[in-house]
Amino acid sequence: MTLATPLPIGRPMREIFGETVAELAAEDSRIYMLDGDVGSSTRADIFEKAHPDRYLQMGIAEQNMLGVAAGMATLGLIPFISTFVSFAVVRPLDQIRVLIAQPRLNVKITPGYSGMFTGQTGMSHIVVDDLAIMRSLPNMVCVAPADDVEADLALRWAAAYDGPCYVRLVRDPTARLFDDDHRFEFGKASWVRDGGDVSLVSTGAQTPRTLEAAELLAADGIDAGVLHVATVKPLDIEALVGAAERTDNVITVEEHTVLGGLGGAVAEVLSEHRPTRVHRIGLRDVDVQSGPNDALLDIYGLSPARVAEQVRAILQAS
Amino acid sequence: MNVGAASPAATVDLDALREVARRIRVEVIRAVNHARAGHIGGPLSEAEILAVLYFHALRVRPDDPDWPDRDRFILSKGHSSIGLYAAMALRGYFPVEELLTFDAAHSRLQGHPDMTRLPGLDMSTGSLGMGISAAMGIALGARLTGRDEIRSFVLLGDGECQEGEVWEAAMAAPRYRLDNLIAIVDHNRIQQYGWPGDGPDGRIPPQEPGELVAKWRAFGWRVLEVDGHDVGALVRVLDEAVEGDGRPVVVIANTIKGKGVSFMEGHWFWHTRAIKPEEYAAAMAELGEPLPAATDADGGPAR
Repeated sequence: MTLATPLPIGRPMREIFGETVAELAAEDSRIYMLDGDVGSSTRADIFEKAHPDRYLQMGIAEQNMLGVAAGMATLGLIPFISTFVSFAVVRPLDQIRVLIAQPRLNVKITPGYSGMFTGQTGMSHIVVDDLAIMRSLPNMVCVAPADDVEADLALRWAAAYDGPCYVRLVRDPTARLFDDDHRFEFGKASWVRDGGDVSLVSTGAQTPRTLEAAELLAADGIDAGVLHVATVKPLDIEALVGAAERTDNVITVEEHTVLGGLGGAVAEVLSEHRPTRVHRIGLRDVDVQSGPNDALLDIYGLSPARVAEQVRAILQAS
Repeated sequence: MNVGAASPAATVDLDALREVARRIRVEVIRAVNHARAGHIGGPLSEAEILAVLYFHALRVRPDDPDWPDRDRFILSKGHSSIGLYAAMALRGYFPVEELLTFDAAHSRLQGHPDMTRLPGLDMSTGSLGMGISAAMGIALGARLTGRDEIRSFVLLGDGECQEGEVWEAAMAAPRYRLDNLIAIVDHNRIQQYGWPGDGPDGRIPPQEPGELVAKWRAFGWRVLEVDGHDVGALVRVLDEAVEGDGRPVVVIANTIKGKGVSFMEGHWFWHTRAIKPEEYAAAMAELGEPLPAATDADGGPAR
């Protein structure tokens, strides 16, 4: 089976991270980069080259790094956090909760290495519950850009946004979904494919794969719409209700656990605003493991072919 | 009372500072008794430290708590919040009567300091080990932006120094030569429950004698040691601490947990505990604020 419109591969979001934040810092002297000794991986090194005086090595001590960021934010500075999702969210979670989220301090938690694409690292580095965790924190907002174009826009938005925010970035190159004239609008979901049979709701770098799955489904005569939810918190309730009204058949697809992630969030919103049966594609309560990216996508049901297969099964059963 | 902030040590009215410390203790006991909740031992051990900070060392403006050039103070041992609130009230941040709202719903005086509710708090704390990181961030941010007028003070507990994050900050701060960061450890040698051993009440202190000094020194800090109940010594040590030599400074303040109330001193179980009426009367009498004798309707002694 071949794709009608295979998407081109974009640049790695981590490179966009280093470049865009460096560019933003050139215009805004309040911006600093705090690095947990992984700048050569997250590409904070690009920022360091441009602004050596505003690159702050914090060592392998992430709890302290998030606390330092909170203190800097009280002086009106804008710290960006450079480390992996595992060490930017899960390890310093209490620091984020008490020092950043609750007091609504202006810290940018912008880790690379989200989801499965972590360079064959295995269970310690693959975090698939970060959205569930971060969206449960008070005052925290969560953005998961679909591709490199949107990652750039999301980082520009984050720098301008006054408050704590979480931007989920990816290590490896992923499919490019958007043209250069794409606009990122915080809090808004956007249709990237129209379709009247089923609404596939997706987020982050999974959205391009979900779109490719929709093209596979089209070959079988299934007309699937794809709604891209770049802002996971706050959710675009109107767009989700619109999706449910359009097709009455809503399936979420995410490179994340369905427990409290996009699937959980969409189910919460629709059960309150327009009771709808929601199916969730994503990681179940399973252990993750190391492996090549494509192999992991296949194993955990997130490749275009595997998503299409699950959507077909759900539609046949319902 | 106006002791005057940042006055030279020679002109400091030490009796006035002692009176502030006494008043802090009185207000701590009154508020905790009223709330039927809250911590006691730590707020009593830190009374002189807070008195000297708020009435001598800190350059702050209680009537303009957000003054951008102020010194910052973070109570990293956030459970001792009522001591901080008492010092702030006495310094004029808010009316002393408000201390009786401590721990109540909708109070600005939360069980642990909440910077979103009370002006004058430079950080929310309560989860131990975090305040020193935030204080380091303030010192670092001030240094990077050339705001040399800002000094960053943080008060930790000695039990708190068991948290790994304290040592993450201790490792990182000297690398940035943050001599505008002044940490104080309230070394009262008793944590909430303590490690079983052959000490008082079957418990041993959180650290061996000399252990804190050796550890902070090994991490590259300038270490000063002081009797944490001697206001004159505290004035001198804090005056010395702010004269930077390129290293962050830690003042190990040797204190007595529960200080000022004889039956509370040195016992782990007064870390947090409801005060019985007779204990309340005895504590207030010891602190020089005896309660008015209770009377019955005829004006005779109550029965």
